[in-house]
Formats: sequence, structure tokens, C-alpha cells
Amino acid sequence: MRVTFTVNGREQVADDVWEGESLLFVLRERLGLLGAKNACEQGECGSCTVYLDGLPVCACLVAAGQAQGREVRTVEGLAGPDGLAPVQQAFAECGAVQCGFCTPGLLVQADDLITRVPEPSDAEIREALAGNLCRCTGYEKILDAVRRAAELKAAMR
Amino acid sequence: MTTSATRGNVVAPGRGGVGDSALRPDGTLKVTGEFAYASDLWIDGTLFGATLRSPYARARIRAIDLGPALAVPGVEAVLTHEDVPGTKVYGLDHADQPVLAIGEVRYQGEPIAIVAADHPETARRALERIRIDWEVLEPITDARAVVADPDGRKVQERGGVVRHQPVRVGDVAAARARAEVVVSGEFSVGIQDQAFLGPESGLAVPAEDGGLDLFVATQWLHQDLRQIAPCLGLPQEKVRMTLAGVGGAFGGREDLSMQIHAGMLALRTGRPVRIVYNRYESFFGHVHRHPALMRYEYGATRDGRIGYATAEIVLDGGAYTSSTPSVVANAASLGLGPYEIPNLEIDAYGVYTNNPPCGAMRGFGAVQACFAYESMMDRLGAACGLGPVEIRRINAAGQGSKLATGQVIDSPAPLAEMLTRLAAMPMPAAPDRTDLRNLPGGVSQTTHGEGVVRGVGYGVGIKNICFSEGFDDYSTARVRLEVAGGEPAVVVHTAAAEVGQGLVTLQEQIARTELGVDRVTVAPADDRVGDAGSSSASRQSYMTGGAVRAACAAVRAEVLALARTRLGTDDDLSLAGGKVVSASAGAVAAIADVLGDRAVEHIREYRHRPTVPMDPVTGQGDTHVQLALCVHRAVVDVDVELGLVKVVELAAVQDVGKIMNRLSLEGQIHGGTAQGLGLALMEEIVVQDGLVRNPSFTDYLIPTILDMPPMRLDILESPDPHAPYGLRGAGEPPTLSSTPAIVAAVRDATGRPLNRVPIRPEHICR
Repeated sequence: MRVTFTVNGREQVADDVWEGESLLFVLRERLGLLGAKNACEQGECGSCTVYLDGLPVCACLVAAGQAQGREVRTVEGLAGPDGLAPVQQAFAECGAVQCGFCTPGLLVQADDLITRVPEPSDAEIREALAGNLCRCTGYEKILDAVRRAAELKAAMR
Repeated sequence: MTTSATRGNVVAPGRGGVGDSALRPDGTLKVTGEFAYASDLWIDGTLFGATLRSPYARARIRAIDLGPALAVPGVEAVLTHEDVPGTKVYGLDHADQPVLAIGEVRYQGEPIAIVAADHPETARRALERIRIDWEVLEPITDARAVVADPDGRKVQERGGVVRHQPVRVGDVAAARARAEVVVSGEFSVGIQDQAFLGPESGLAVPAEDGGLDLFVATQWLHQDLRQIAPCLGLPQEKVRMTLAGVGGAFGGREDLSMQIHAGMLALRTGRPVRIVYNRYESFFGHVHRHPALMRYEYGATRDGRIGYATAEIVLDGGAYTSSTPSVVANAASLGLGPYEIPNLEIDAYGVYTNNPPCGAMRGFGAVQACFAYESMMDRLGAACGLGPVEIRRINAAGQGSKLATGQVIDSPAPLAEMLTRLAAMPMPAAPDRTDLRNLPGGVSQTTHGEGVVRGVGYGVGIKNICFSEGFDDYSTARVRLEVAGGEPAVVVHTAAAEVGQGLVTLQEQIARTELGVDRVTVAPADDRVGDAGSSSASRQSYMTGGAVRAACAAVRAEVLALARTRLGTDDDLSLAGGKVVSASAGAVAAIADVLGDRAVEHIREYRHRPTVPMDPVTGQGDTHVQLALCVHRAVVDVDVELGLVKVVELAAVQDVGKIMNRLSLEGQIHGGTAQGLGLALMEEIVVQDGLVRNPSFTDYLIPTILDMPPMRLDILESPDPHAPYGLRGAGEPPTLSSTPAIVAAVRDATGRPLNRVPIRPEHICR
């Protein structure tokens, strides 16, 4: 089948999509957008988190056909014309990235949090990121990074 | 005249030299999604590889019918052991693991056949159509029974026991007769999984010379190569290895996974082949941490001084050797921890069974014993009326103490001081019970505070750094300095695997410090430079750090010689800030001007001091290179009615010799601590009759951001005079001590014995 949808502001067409393919597979294998990651492919780790019509979802749990006509934003679409998004800058600066495999999903989830909640408490950060597994950092630097990202975003306003 | 060639050079703080919290050079690529992991690689015409695995823990294969699989449209190759071009077995320590099963499988998930196809779904359907005529056998799964009757329970022809390592010191019988207090215990540790997030994956590309280019996520390129090339029937120079982006490792990538399979399929089809495991397959695609069964007995005086200790440690390695011999050595040599014990008997065994295969995982044999010996310290303390900190301080080893192996600790090991500092750290406040998120069970609303009891516990761990027991452990670095765009620029090239730990950052820092040059690039790791050894045993800062430093020193010596000739001076010169600096006259020349068109390049191998194998009868010998300590305090709130645990805070004191990069170091301590928390409270591959019951992140739980509490860190720098910059490997020790600290805290809250990790709710509630 053919799937047509918008990714990071650009219309994309994927042809010859097998009905069983996930949005994650189409993004990665058919569109070459490799930022969203394939750590569990069962909706447990959050590494493939992308925005679908503005809401964070696990791209591995979305059937490719469900993306038809909708808007997807991936980690590749977080940075703006002026450079890295606050979450990206903060993760890189605060030591929140080690192996980095969980990072793209965490960035989308954290970006959603600080967009909804400009000054999140630690409890709110933990709750928002509870679906994103990280095996390297023990999460301390991720908390630092989200706090920092909220500050950076506030400064941009 | 003094020669400055051997002098160090200092970079001003903040310039990204040694000691600065320099940022990862790959950080921007990783936050933009552009960093290429092994599972992201793709070139035109690439086929998808897939692996058929055994559903049984032990069975004979009477016949395999590939016909229906080959008939699936889009399938390009279906291969079995008959198609292995060269040697049919491989292994880290001993080649006994079949590339593809030969007439028999010895664990669930053992690879049997591989397929290359045009779509992953095509490959999966082809696997389903491979028909096997099985003779299912009773699996051997009781590790203690194998120790008792190794010849009667042979998974491998060479016998049931991989290695038995005794350690004998003094006269235990006499000490037992004198003991005023005797305590004993039995402990067990479940199978922990590395659960790195980037699945096993890689790309094999056939080359025109009949060889292969392999892009893989591994911990040790050269050891991969030594195993891969013979199985593919190729000379090593025809297999070119390049490190692809690694999504975590933690020991689980020290053994091969998909490398030979992808190579076979690429050679057979003449097309690039990519294999990417999914999470389910990953649980079968790599070795795990050895589960352990342990019996301990300690005797002491009434005032708590240990007179003797005995320990029996049985480690289940699964069906193949992997790194079990070295895991046994660690369990044996470190089996009683960093305590002074005059009389001791330790027996550590590694055995073959049909349970899941086990090998390297962060902490490597020292983790399991640490849970037992720390539990024993608490038990002994309680029997003597002493608190957890006191009993440990009384028996603490230090510099000059002997390990169980007789090896004298010859660099700082300030355990008693570390415990004092740990105990002095502020305690967290009582939970704000108006916010359910602070309570065990959290937003599940299992309690509003009723039945919640606080507990505090302590844990100590000791880990050997670098490869022990006489292994010729070295690393190689090539460093090149030349002018680029008018500025001096350094390229550092090694085969060392960046797995997330920050080694690329550290290599840059060392080059900046040693050469006084800001612009440093770390070239992609590959096998076109000498062996760097494994990214394991917390050894790369020491070993590849040492190699980069040595190569930089050689480059610096040549540059300074050029400068002396050019300037006609015998002055004491060094390099800093892109300049040649004279001790008397300050900056005397730009490095760029001294170099001109010349490139200065040197390669150096770095070796740590030699070690010896453990004596096979007494376990004695100077077997370890370096020893590292970490201590943890855990504070927990336990819902004693439901058996739910919330870790409130973890505090740690670690001595790292020298803080090379505080930001990365803290990340290592946090992350290692989290993995220890996982082992204490949730992580276990559950096995029944040799079969894994929970191969998914739905059922194998690793700590989330809700499980991991805030941490307090106190990092000490007592330099090790034998090590580069005085540093001490730091990645593994926190993984040891956090587990027993958390278990002790839950014991403190519940009064339960808790002799097994991970703790389950039923252990708390009964």
C-alpha cells in the first residue's frame, strides 16, 4: 500500500508498504529517518517516541497505515532554524547522553513535557519520563537536563 | 640541561583537558538523531538476515529440511552449519560455541539456521518454514548437582565443571575452634541481563577481494576478528572491522552475536547483509550475568574481628565456556570482599548446564559474591551487637592489607575513611505523604502511608580493574599532529570501543593535555590500528588512556626536538595553548610554525604491570592489576503489607584515584548504581527447565526514572602510582555495592532474611 503523511513539515510518500509494518519501520527503513530508535519494538522502552499530530506516541505501536494524512514530528524535527532545541542542547550539556540510544525518544517526551508544563517539578519530570528506559545514566543527568531545558526554553520566550 | 620531553603539559581548566568536564564529541549527533548505530546502517541492495533458534534447552536434531524456506519468494539464502566456510566453533576463552548448531542444541535460543531475504517479514516467514525433526532431551539445569557429579551431568564433552578455583589461607579448622561467634548463610543471585538498549546488529558488505567489510557494535574489535575470520575461512586481513555506533554494552557484547552469521550470508549472496535483533531475540542473543548459589560461614571474636571465613560459590555458565573461567577467578579472588581475614577457604565453581548462556556483565563475577559477603557482614555485625558501619570498619582492608589471594594492596584503599564519610552524609527527610508519588506503589495508590516502614542499609564492593591472571593486556594508540587550516590539529586513532562510557571524550582530553592543542579529533575505531583490548573490566581509561598518553608523549618529544633545533635553544620546553613554551621565556613559537608541512605521528602500545594466574590449589598470587572500592548507603521505604519497595535515596563514596572528567564519571556511578538497584529489586531472567519465561521489557524489568532515586556522591582522589594520571577504573564498582546496600535497607525495614536477589514482594510479605 501507499502511505502519505507529513514528517517534520514535509509531505512524504512511502510505497510498497506491507500492511504489517509499523510507523517506526516506515520512518527508518523507507524514509531513512533513523533518529527514532528500535530498542524494544513493543512499546515498553520509549526509544521510538515521536509526535503524532502533536502527541507523543511509540512509533513501533502505530501501524504505518494509521499515519495516513497525519503529521509526524521526529527527533530530526526538533531543532529549529536557530540551532538545537532546548532539550537537545540541555541533554548534550548536562551529561544526559551516554550511549544515546534512548535519547531521541526521551527528547521528544521531554520536549512535550516542557511545552505543556513550563516549570516541571522533579515529580512531574519523573512521571512524564516513566515510559522511557535508559540503561546508562541512572537518570540523574536526565533530570538535570530536563530542568535545564525548561530554563533554556523559558529564556527563549 | 633538563629534558622536557618527559614532562607533562597542562591545559588551562575549561579547555577540555584532563580533569575538565569536557562534553562528548558525539553528543550533538546523538541529540539530533544523526549518530549512526549498528542498526542504522544501510546501503543499496542490502538484504535482511534472520536467525532460527532452538525452542528447546537440550535436544538432538535428527534432520533439517530447508526446502520450504528456500521456496519462499524473496529468500536469497538459507544456511546451516554445513555452510560454515571455516572452523565451525568459536569462543572467547575456548572455542566450543558452534556458529550454527551441529546435530544438537544445548540451550534455548541456540542458533540453528540463518536466512537472508529482501524484507524482514520474508525472512521471518522463511524461518517458520524450516522443518526440524527433533529428539527432545531432559535438560541439565541444577548447577549444584553438576558440581556434585560433574561426570554424570555432562553438557560438554570436557565435563560438567568449567573451572574450580580454590583459595586456601591459614588454618580454618583451628580458627573455627577458637571462634566466639559463628554465623552462616546461603545466598542466591538470579540471572541478570545487560539489557543494553541498542540491539545486537551490524552490516556485512562483501568486498571485491573476496573478503568482507564488517560494521558491528562490539566491545572488542580485534577479539571479534580473531574469532570471525577462521569461521569464515578467511585470513584476518580480508575481514575489515569497523565499529558501528554502540547502544550500550555492559559486557553483553564481549561475545559474538550476529557477526559470523551476517558474514556468511554476505559471502554466500554477494550482497550486503544486515542483521538486527529485536528485543525478544536479544534476550537469547547474548550471554547474561551468571546466576549464583553461595554458602558462607564466618567466625569472629565477640568484638567483631573476623577469624575465619569459608565460601562456596557456584556460578552457572550455561552450555558454552564464554568467559566463565575468568568470572570464576573474580568470584574466588574477591569472594570475601575488602576485609582482612586471616584464615579462609573459598571454592568457586563455574559449571556447564542447559540454562541460558552466561558470560560478561558489568562487575564480572565480583557482583554475585558481593551480595553474599555484604549480607554476611550485616549478619555478623548483628550477632556481635555492632552496627553495619562499625563491623565493616573493624575488618576493613586498606593499603598494605592482603587480599584472599595473598596479593598485597599496594595503592591507596581507604575503605575505613570511605565508610566514615558515607555514614556522615545527611539523611533524606521523611516522605511527604501528601504526594502519593513519594510512597511505595506511587501513583498506583497502593498506600497512603499505612504499612510503610523506612530502612537504611550499607554495602561495600571491591572490583579488579583491567584483565587479571597473567593476560597480556595492552592497548594501542596512533596519534598524529599536523597543521590544518593554519592551526595545529591532532587525530587520535585506536580500536577501542566507545560504548557510551565516554572514552572518545577522554581520548580527546588526554591529547589536549599532553600536546597543548585544542583541536583534537578521535578517528572512527577500526582494526587498521593495533589491538586496544576490550571495553570491559573498567580498563579503557587506564589502558587506552595510557596508550594515547604514551603516543602523545612520543609526538611531543619529536615536536620539542624540532623546536629546539629551529630555535637553537637548550631551554626547558613544553607545549601549551598551541605554542611551544619555554620555562624561562614563555611562549617562544607557535606549534604550527614549528611543524610547517610536517606531520608528526607515533604509535604506542601500553601495557599494565604483569600479573600471574591464581595458583590452582591455593588460589594465591598477584593476580590483579588494580583494585577499586565503592561504598553505598541506601534508604528505602517499604510497604511491608504489599512487599513494595521505594528506594528513597542512594549515597555513594568512591575512590577513583583521579577525576578525569567529573561529568562522565558521575554518569558512570549513577548508571552503575542503577543496575545494582535493578539486581536488588527487579531484574531477573526467570528460567524454568532451562526455558526463559520473560524475554521482553514487559516482563524483564529494568529501573525507570521512577525507580531510581536521587543520589549523593562523594568522590575521592587517592592516586594509584602505577596508573596513568593516578586514575582508577570506575565503571564497575558502583554496580557491586548498591545491590547489598538496598537489600540491607529492606532487611532493616522488614526484618526478613532476604537471602536472594532480586527481592520479590513475596519475600517481604511471605
